Amino acid sequence: MNGNIVAVHGNLVVAQARERVVQNSISYCVRTDGTRLLSEVVRVRGQLADLQVFEETRGLHVGDAVEFHPEMLSATLGPGLLGQVYDGLQNPLPKLADKVGYFLESGHYLDALPEETTWEFTPVAETGATIQAGHTLGTVPEGIFTHQIMAPFNLRGEWKIEKIATAGTYTVRDEIAVLTNDAGQSRSVTMQQTWPIKMPLNVSRRRLMPTDPLVTKVRIIDSLFPIVRGGTYCIPGPFGAGKTVLQQITSRHADVDIVIVAACGERAGEVVETLREFPELTDPRTGRTLMERTIIICNTSAMPVAAREASVYTAATLAEYYRQMGLNVLLLADSTSRWAQAMRELSGRLEEIPGEEAFPAYLESRIASFYERAGAVELYDGTIGTLTIGGTVSPAGGNFEEPVTQGTLKVVGAFHGLSRARSDARRYPAIDPLDSWSKYAGIIDRDKVARTRALLARGNDIHQMMTVVGEEGTSVEDFTLAQCAEFFDNCMLQQNAFDEVDGATSAERQQFVFDKLLEVIDIDFAFENKEQARQTIVRITDLVRNWNYAATGSEEYEALLGQIDAFIAAKGRES
Amino acid sequence: MRKYYDDVTKIAGSVLTVKAHGAGYDELAVIRSDHGESLAQVIRLEGNQVALQVFAGTQGLSNRDKVRLLGKPMQVAYTDDLLGRIFDGSGRPRDARGQVEGQMIDIGRPAVNPVRRRMPDKMVETGIPMIDIFNSLVESQKLPIFSIAGEPYNELLARIGLQADADVIILGGMGLRHDDYLKFRQTFEEGGVLGRTIMFIHTAADPTVECLLVPDLCLAVGEHFALDGKKVLVLLTDMTAFSDALKEIAIIMEQIPSNRGYPGDLYTQLARRYEKAVDFDEAGSMTVLACVTMPGDDVTHPVPDNTGYITEGQFYLRNGRIEPFGSLSRLKQQVNGKSRDDHRSIMDACIQLYALCRESREKRDMGFEMSPWDNKLLHYGKLFEDRIMDLSVNIPLFEALDRCWEILAECFDPEETGIRRSIIDKYWPKASSSPAEEMEMASA
Repeated sequence: MNGNIVAVHGNLVVAQARERVVQNSISYCVRTDGTRLLSEVVRVRGQLADLQVFEETRGLHVGDAVEFHPEMLSATLGPGLLGQVYDGLQNPLPKLADKVGYFLESGHYLDALPEETTWEFTPVAETGATIQAGHTLGTVPEGIFTHQIMAPFNLRGEWKIEKIATAGTYTVRDEIAVLTNDAGQSRSVTMQQTWPIKMPLNVSRRRLMPTDPLVTKVRIIDSLFPIVRGGTYCIPGPFGAGKTVLQQITSRHADVDIVIVAACGERAGEVVETLREFPELTDPRTGRTLMERTIIICNTSAMPVAAREASVYTAATLAEYYRQMGLNVLLLADSTSRWAQAMRELSGRLEEIPGEEAFPAYLESRIASFYERAGAVELYDGTIGTLTIGGTVSPAGGNFEEPVTQGTLKVVGAFHGLSRARSDARRYPAIDPLDSWSKYAGIIDRDKVARTRALLARGNDIHQMMTVVGEEGTSVEDFTLAQCAEFFDNCMLQQNAFDEVDGATSAERQQFVFDKLLEVIDIDFAFENKEQARQTIVRITDLVRNWNYAATGSEEYEALLGQIDAFIAAKGRES
Repeated sequence: MRKYYDDVTKIAGSVLTVKAHGAGYDELAVIRSDHGESLAQVIRLEGNQVALQVFAGTQGLSNRDKVRLLGKPMQVAYTDDLLGRIFDGSGRPRDARGQVEGQMIDIGRPAVNPVRRRMPDKMVETGIPMIDIFNSLVESQKLPIFSIAGEPYNELLARIGLQADADVIILGGMGLRHDDYLKFRQTFEEGGVLGRTIMFIHTAADPTVECLLVPDLCLAVGEHFALDGKKVLVLLTDMTAFSDALKEIAIIMEQIPSNRGYPGDLYTQLARRYEKAVDFDEAGSMTVLACVTMPGDDVTHPVPDNTGYITEGQFYLRNGRIEPFGSLSRLKQQVNGKSRDDHRSIMDACIQLYALCRESREKRDMGFEMSPWDNKLLHYGKLFEDRIMDLSVNIPLFEALDRCWEILAECFDPEETGIRRSIIDKYWPKASSSPAEEMEMASA
């Protein structure tokens, strides 16, 4: 043993070390009953090391032993990650349940990848070839993907392949290659490797400007506030506004290869929903279950706080690993506020000088560096891999003027702000069309987007005015404009997530609908009175909403489209 | 051989610091003073300095008092003998009966592995239409009642406890007024459920920090009953008092406050308790209902705000009624599709019409002219409030649904309700007999 506990306060333990201590390395606090509690060194002061313990510290004593290890907290990478359900420290939860039962007892750590599973390995590189970190040595099929077995990411300089395994079945622990370098060092390589979770994993030729729209099939996002592959976005909103539902919908329909869900400090029930439903749902692109393209990292609110902090980094590392294979990965973090709160708790225990609302001063830079792990990269073999990060934010009191929301808004490319007013009015998804923004170009022409946004803003102004002066004091033209804005809101922006057809709209259909709605809005109605305006707009709204519910190309779809076209041709007048 | 420590270095607020060896973090100690024995919990270790949170408060303690370390965390006896008993915030009997003997269990156990949870799918009928129809309570749900101090939240809680079909009812009172405690006891006694009720009561007269243990005691006992296959209902009132006790301790321990003096880990502390609500795979379940009083009717206050982010919805109690707007049961979709086929339609239609009624009322109050449609809505609003929203209404779900149909029929034409044609045809009250009654089915 190479240290002893000298103080315990919450999940912070101070230990007296007798040897070298590496910042951010892992250590174990050993309880008197022999249970080892995983910890991370978060501060070094002379021979004193401050440890954040990833478990409950109940029962630790002053004087208890501490083991220090030189390596940093790392994620295990290799075939077999897809479909797994992990906690924040990459313990597979189903296996943990088999081992210890209903409860997450302290001090049980399992291998992240099943060691008994065998994989069909096909070598790609040849003996004698010169390689660098991240180069593909061979492949194994993992579900619907060709999983690339890459040279360790922590290799420095050029290495030569001394030996490579022949095609055949191997476990993740079997040696598949031996590498040597000029300095005469030799390294054995297996299919699994580790990478420190707090260091970005990016072995590529260069970073690219993300421009490829990522279609989520949520109309308000794709049409007005688009996101792109390799971009970042955030969803702040008060409780009950539908953040998690929006994340769940995105995780189902997003047009990417792999989705990583980081349930960070949120309700266990919601994770259970995903756990139970995903294996039943089929991925429309592949016809296989959604679980085959998903990894769930769940560190729910009742699980230890420090592991919550680690969970988003674990998720980011796994996401980056699949990006290295030239895949499109989407990381959904729900919620980043809980992660920030975990930082705040630790910072308070370390007695650091607090910033706003007691969050640590480095909050913003931590948020920024997390979102910076997203991006589109050109790999050494010329393929392009992307990692998109979408994080929810749960601002205290639903007020966006708080440090986490503000720190996030500075660094993301799109902002989908949820509003209480819209969710109370049952206008789902409750993304506020007036406050939200996106810096990316989407599937709809920018000019058209600008036009509709102007219409929505003007419609809102008129509506505000009407609450003061009443309908009587509003002109027919203004009233019509407000009705058109309402029509667009109803038919494009609102979507019934629980309807099979309306819940997910393809890019092509969105473009088509968008243009059709513009045609309606552009009609020179010239209404004589407000009642006529109201009735006409209600009629077309009803037609389009039903059209939204009709499967593309179905008989009903064509019939309704015909009626809508007739409406446009007749300029809204009843024939 | 018992070892005592008497080198007390500091007494401040409800925390006493003593020099001692071998104290385990989070474990218990007993302090013996002129006023008897008091339980305390280790909340910080620093070298040989052991900070103890004294549950009975530090009034009357001296720097020569004797501290004994118990070497174990807080425990509570778990046995069927708990049923019908009343305890205080430290787990001592409050009902002048003897200590309970049984298997001792730790409180504040680790979280349940999410993969061993079931998807909740069983409705808890309460006899309150505003809950049963509009925001159904679901077994294993955690749901707070947001209320201002003067509202009858404890009565509501007691009624739900009485009428919900639970095997074991556990009441946790924190900062409870003595009258309220007596009223709970009386209600449960008269309702004949005292025999399956366990109470952990901390009253406003007891030392503040003693209430910190109440939720953990309730939930630890509840969890074990649930593991034994029982359907458990835990009622907690009031969680704001609990949060205030947390605040008090945090400030004494010189923690940096985050928001209005509350500690930065308030969310985590609350979540660890609420998340105990569970439906175990292949065992019982635990449902948690909690009262949260909102200081100044402000839902953005840290306690209701953090609670809302944790729980699966919330009930707003305002003017003696459960507000239809803002109140939300996130799990209702899991159960209201299979009760009766008109349930969802009635739920949507009644609320939409009531929302329109509110708009008409606003228009009326601002002096705008009332159309015939407005007058219909106003009439509907009045009936809906009197016959459905009123808290004294106490009828089973199907009867409540039928009553909604009657109100709709009294006020509107069928097409004005926006309800699907097929449902209208089946349930719209005919002049003489109601088809709804013929349709009655046994609930699953």
